[in-house]
Amino acid sequence: MLPQMNGWVSCFSFLLLCTYYMAAARNANTLLELSPQEYFSSLQPGRASLVYFSRDVSPGVRLFLEQLENSVGALQDYGISVVKVNCLKEDVSRYCGKENALMKAYLFRGNVLLREFPTDALFDVNAIVANTLFALLFNEVKYITTLVELQNLENSLKGRSNVVFAYVPAIGTPEHRAVMEAAFVYGTAHQFVLTTEAALAKDIGHEDSDALSARLFFCHCQRVPDLTQPCRRTPMVQSLATLNIHTYLKLMAAPIVTEVAEDPEKVSTVHLQLGLPLVFILSQKETYEVDKRTAEFVAWQLLGKAGVALLSRDSVHLNVLLQSNIALKTAEEGAPIKYLVLEDTDEIIALVEGEIKGEQIQEDEDESDNNDQDIQDDQVMEAVYRDRKRELPLELIRTLTEETFNAALMETAHMVVLFYASWEAVSLAMLQSYVEVAIALKGTQGISLAKVNCWDWPDVCMKQNVTQFPITKMYEKGARSLTYTGMLGTAELLRFLRLSSISCPVKLTTIEEVDEYLSGEVHADSSSYHSTSVLGIFHPRMKAAREAFVEAGNMLRGYVTTGLYAEDDALVLARKYAVPLPALLLARRDDHRIDSVPLSKQSALDIVRTIRSQLLETFPEITVENLPDYLSLEKPLLILFNDGGLNRRVRLEMLSLANGKGHEAFLTCWMNLKNTPVGRGVLKAYFSTPPPLPLLAWVNLHSGGQVFAFPSDQSVTETNVLAWLEKLKAGLEIPSTTLSDEAWKPPLPAYNFLRMMEATLPEFTVHTVYSRGGTDDLQQAEEVSEEKSTVREEQVEEPGLEAEKGQSPGRDLRGTVPRLVGREKPPKRHTEL
Amino acid sequence: MMAPPAAQCAWGLLLTFTFYMGSSCTDGASVLKHHNYCIIGAGPSGLQMAYFLQRAGRDYLVFERSHAPGSFFALYPRHRKLISINKRHTGKSNSEFNLRHDWNSLLSHDSRLLFRHYSHDFFPEADTMVHYLEDFASMLELRVQYNTAIIHVRLERDSQAWNGHYFILTDHNSQNYRCSLLLVATGTWVPNVVNFPGSEYVEGYESVSINPEDFAGQSVLILGRGNSAFETAENILGVTNFIHMVSRSRVRLSWATHYVGDLRAINNGLLDTYQLKSLDGLLEGDLEDLAIVKDKKGKLHITLKFYLENSNSSAGAESITLPQDELDNFATRAPYDRVIRCLGWKFDFSIYNRSLRLMPGKGNKKKYPLIKPSYESRGTRGLFVLGTASHSIDFRKSAGGFIHGFRYTTRAVHHLLEHRHHGVPWPSSVYPITQLTNSIIKRVNEASGLYQMFSVLGDIILLRENAMAFEYLEEYPVGILAELELHTGRKAHNGLFVVIMEYGKNFSGADKDVFYYNRAVGEAQHAWQSNFLHPVIYYYKRLPTVREMRLRPPDWPLPRPDAVHHIVEDFLTDWTAPNAHILPLRRFLENCLDTDLRSFFAESCFLFALTHQKLPPFCQQGYMRMQGLVGNERLRHHAVEAGLLEDHTVMHFTDELLGGQRGSRDQLLKDHVIPGSPLHYLVTTKDEL
Repeated sequence: MLPQMNGWVSCFSFLLLCTYYMAAARNANTLLELSPQEYFSSLQPGRASLVYFSRDVSPGVRLFLEQLENSVGALQDYGISVVKVNCLKEDVSRYCGKENALMKAYLFRGNVLLREFPTDALFDVNAIVANTLFALLFNEVKYITTLVELQNLENSLKGRSNVVFAYVPAIGTPEHRAVMEAAFVYGTAHQFVLTTEAALAKDIGHEDSDALSARLFFCHCQRVPDLTQPCRRTPMVQSLATLNIHTYLKLMAAPIVTEVAEDPEKVSTVHLQLGLPLVFILSQKETYEVDKRTAEFVAWQLLGKAGVALLSRDSVHLNVLLQSNIALKTAEEGAPIKYLVLEDTDEIIALVEGEIKGEQIQEDEDESDNNDQDIQDDQVMEAVYRDRKRELPLELIRTLTEETFNAALMETAHMVVLFYASWEAVSLAMLQSYVEVAIALKGTQGISLAKVNCWDWPDVCMKQNVTQFPITKMYEKGARSLTYTGMLGTAELLRFLRLSSISCPVKLTTIEEVDEYLSGEVHADSSSYHSTSVLGIFHPRMKAAREAFVEAGNMLRGYVTTGLYAEDDALVLARKYAVPLPALLLARRDDHRIDSVPLSKQSALDIVRTIRSQLLETFPEITVENLPDYLSLEKPLLILFNDGGLNRRVRLEMLSLANGKGHEAFLTCWMNLKNTPVGRGVLKAYFSTPPPLPLLAWVNLHSGGQVFAFPSDQSVTETNVLAWLEKLKAGLEIPSTTLSDEAWKPPLPAYNFLRMMEATLPEFTVHTVYSRGGTDDLQQAEEVSEEKSTVREEQVEEPGLEAEKGQSPGRDLRGTVPRLVGREKPPKRHTEL
Repeated sequence: MMAPPAAQCAWGLLLTFTFYMGSSCTDGASVLKHHNYCIIGAGPSGLQMAYFLQRAGRDYLVFERSHAPGSFFALYPRHRKLISINKRHTGKSNSEFNLRHDWNSLLSHDSRLLFRHYSHDFFPEADTMVHYLEDFASMLELRVQYNTAIIHVRLERDSQAWNGHYFILTDHNSQNYRCSLLLVATGTWVPNVVNFPGSEYVEGYESVSINPEDFAGQSVLILGRGNSAFETAENILGVTNFIHMVSRSRVRLSWATHYVGDLRAINNGLLDTYQLKSLDGLLEGDLEDLAIVKDKKGKLHITLKFYLENSNSSAGAESITLPQDELDNFATRAPYDRVIRCLGWKFDFSIYNRSLRLMPGKGNKKKYPLIKPSYESRGTRGLFVLGTASHSIDFRKSAGGFIHGFRYTTRAVHHLLEHRHHGVPWPSSVYPITQLTNSIIKRVNEASGLYQMFSVLGDIILLRENAMAFEYLEEYPVGILAELELHTGRKAHNGLFVVIMEYGKNFSGADKDVFYYNRAVGEAQHAWQSNFLHPVIYYYKRLPTVREMRLRPPDWPLPRPDAVHHIVEDFLTDWTAPNAHILPLRRFLENCLDTDLRSFFAESCFLFALTHQKLPPFCQQGYMRMQGLVGNERLRHHAVEAGLLEDHTVMHFTDELLGGQRGSRDQLLKDHVIPGSPLHYLVTTKDEL
């Protein structure tokens, strides 16, 4: 009941409003009916009137009178009154008497007859307005039929005035009316020229097939200093409608380049007011003249699409990069000015056109649903989806259920369980890797693989504390389970499973065992999975430290092999490796080296941290797998890209950089594009044209994001590089790129269901306008009936209407453009008000 | 999940003990038994609440006037067939999902206490329910005091009490009990009676014979149009001359209204015979205007009260005007042998002292006590109404009046109480933001509380600062969304999502054709027009205020959100389709949070990590913590084919140098980087022009 009531009330108020407007409008739009005497006595000098002398009304005439009545308002805007004179039967005067006079309408200025029109030429409002204005503007609008006429006219106006040349296929069309209305406003500013000759339009050179449609050109004759040069002609791209012509002429009349000397934030030109972007060319004293020419060149290219301003950097303090040369300001309110570094003028034009296109796309999106929204743009989901029909060879993996889960854990020494959700893409991607692990482990004793689908068995997953997917756990008979926290990939999981089957840490009891362990002979079968073994050496008395190490070893289980030596002769080892106890020994198999590290902090977490940082290399090869480890150092990267392995010389130079002066401040590393092909993508992002390899780059990932390339003409030597780094620090080098620090935004908009619902479910809107109405409302009465809220909403809408109503229908069209522009926009939604 | 730490139990008991000591001192001689929680009624909702209190280690006692639980089911329904479904097979093993189709089980951790172990019938016997409730109470060792009828409840002011007063319960032996909190789970058991001239000839549903033989060759008039009326008719349909049914308003079919309390298809045999003109019939009329006159032969005639008032009461039945005297085709002109009243039940208000201000609801909810959306009485703090009696919250809308609904609302009340009186915040889990889409998909696909208590209970997702993590609260009564922080002890400073299930706005209704062509929406972009039960996600940048809640449009569960998403209805209620369900949901969430929630292979994250200063959440929370998704060759190949991943192995720099145009297909990896150079470049290019 209430919502209906509600709807009814608002509908009623709307009706009221409508009625009011109709009443107001009728006054202006009724056809004045006078007697001949009244008419002729009312004529004022200089004032134009369109008059029809009527005797008896035949059906044909009635149609004409309807159109005449409809055009009253339009003509009134131009100060032309429209009158119907009712002739008396016996009247035989000049206008009333003649039989054929009744088939004509007359245009007077004062009491001078300017023109008589056959009523069938005035077939509708457009024709009436077009013809009337055409007659009144006889002097302002030249009608021509040949190209020569146009050229003569242009020649005569060179250096003085611009020409607006319009082609319309016929007189009395809406396009004709639009041109005439424009001529009425701008007739004094520009010379208007009109033709209906299709041949002439073709000569002027628009060779497109629909040459017969109306066209308008702006001939820039005023700026032609030399009579031998032709006037540039700029065709209008939009259709010939009043609003478009006004916009176009305003743009054409604007200075081609605006020279400004103030903060771009404050600058506003006609372009911005008309919703077009404004391009700033940032100039300096030294290059001002050259830049001005550039600006003009760009401006001509962008004429009608964007404005161009020349900004002298010397006069304004700009808080932007020195190398920025272009700024783009869009009409969108509050949008920040973009400062860019562009290389040539084409880029500016592309940028502006992209901007316009972007806007159009945006508008399209708003209007009709963008179909891209339906297209999957998540690479993992899409990949899994495309693979959905393939059946995975799951026979090596047991599927556990609520009933079998606990029993299964008791069956083997090590049970690996993948918890996943069968509808979740990342889970399914992981499942594929899991299958590959199962194949690799096939036949391995003491380890078996299983999976639990949490969509089927939520209770099992909850009991195992699995709250997100996928999770891989290893259950050891009689021990606590181990959760895998590494990369979700075949090789990585396989290594984890191999390593985690080794108990951690291994307790060593003799010096011989220690030597064996450090030489890698102990776990030779799995040695391919770990290149560094860690040994903790403790005096038997160091109980706390030893226990912490055992715990740390457990935490690192599956990732690092650890050993423990805590016998009485630990000091022998300590002396051998020249390290105080407690200490760590790291056997780096690749380098055939054993490092010793004293353990200063002795909590398990500290030990884990120490081991992890010791495992980092000084000059690592960056791979997809290890990058996060190195990025966590948060240092700038000095990275050498190479297509293949490094030669000895370069490696040595790089190693000495990595160990040399100031090396703590950055990470020296390299990337082998053969091992890490995605590195090519990185290069592509760094350099628009990739320089030859090997390439040394400095990447300031964590502070500023600048990327610098080491000059390719210099050879990579420690001295050269260090000198280059000094220059970088001094700010003497130009970054080849700056990495974006933009946050990751939604790739595409969502369906706007709220808006769709508003359109059909009015109660949704009404209530909220009120209830979200602000805090002062809160002080008002507690219970408010729905009717009241409707009334409020009407009030919200009213000011807009009133403002427009307040502007009396002007005589002149100047200033109407913003009004029309304003009206053209869809009415704001209630929610936005 | 429910098990509290043992220490908490002990603490609770200790508290109880001190309370008890304190009270016995002040009260002197009269020994007043005290309990923190008193539950009246050991029906399904009373036992359900007892279960939660027991698991939480609270001091509680259930009072039951009968010798066994579920005494209502011992008598009703008279024809002994429950209309709550007992679907034993769903093709799924997910226990939570299966509760969506099990309308009889109470919630417990013990899977033996699932109703499917008790009955094989789709519509089980009422006796089975009684048996089930007995098992539920005994197996879980719930504290129920049988044979104790509470006949009076009053308040005793005490500033020490939880709510400023104690509830003093008096049983039929004049034994008093003092309670900190009162949970009313008495159901609605007082039969509705209409009084009109001749109503003494009417038999009640509660006592009418259920033996069809007793109705052989009789003409029967049934008053009412609910399930009990139709169930009664169904039972005797085959043996009577005809059955007519009278009620004030038209019959409401539950498959049209989507309300399980309306007439269920299992009972509607009479509709069939009425529409096929097999003598039975359905009439609408106000029972208040009715009068019944008995003639000499013992036949009952229907007339109007109006005629009765106008005639001489001393005259015999024959002199009373009957409608057919004036209108000779009056519908119920045939005399009846029996008239049966099947008008349902109402809440027993009689035991509550006036000071409790336990008022009946308005209109068609007057059979229920008036309560707030938190299930607390409007008149008395600390008095909560559970079970069927709490149905005023969602009468004729959702399932709060039925076991399969109130088992969840009871749990919600328990959570509210745990926070209010024991400082235990509403249970929640915190997840990284990358799990947001998954969490919602998981819940809408399996959660039974959301499904059964659609539009009443909703999951709440509270965003943490920077929207990098979120907190998930399950099955919160959305009617008290505005007071969320107060009721749950959780903070909602950074915006929230509410996940609920809804039917289409104009789909359900007694007069609606729910089988019209094209009734289901198939495309995700039209999801908001979905008609069948489907998930809806509301997004609020801040908690709605109490005022906004009150002024929300009628029939809207929540006030206007900042954004809303409908997951398109699904024939199988399986919302896991990657493109139709998950993708639009992800876009919605992304746009609310203003971030990119896509998942990426490690390779993409690697590229982003070296070419962007910031990373999408998936890379940040996965890859950068060394938990990237490597994938395998085949999957990466699919992604490359889809244009969502660039294959760098086939690309060579020479191609690039020769001007090989990079395909525009890698929209995903489009760099935000603008290659830069100083101004002189611009000038030189210009000069060439």
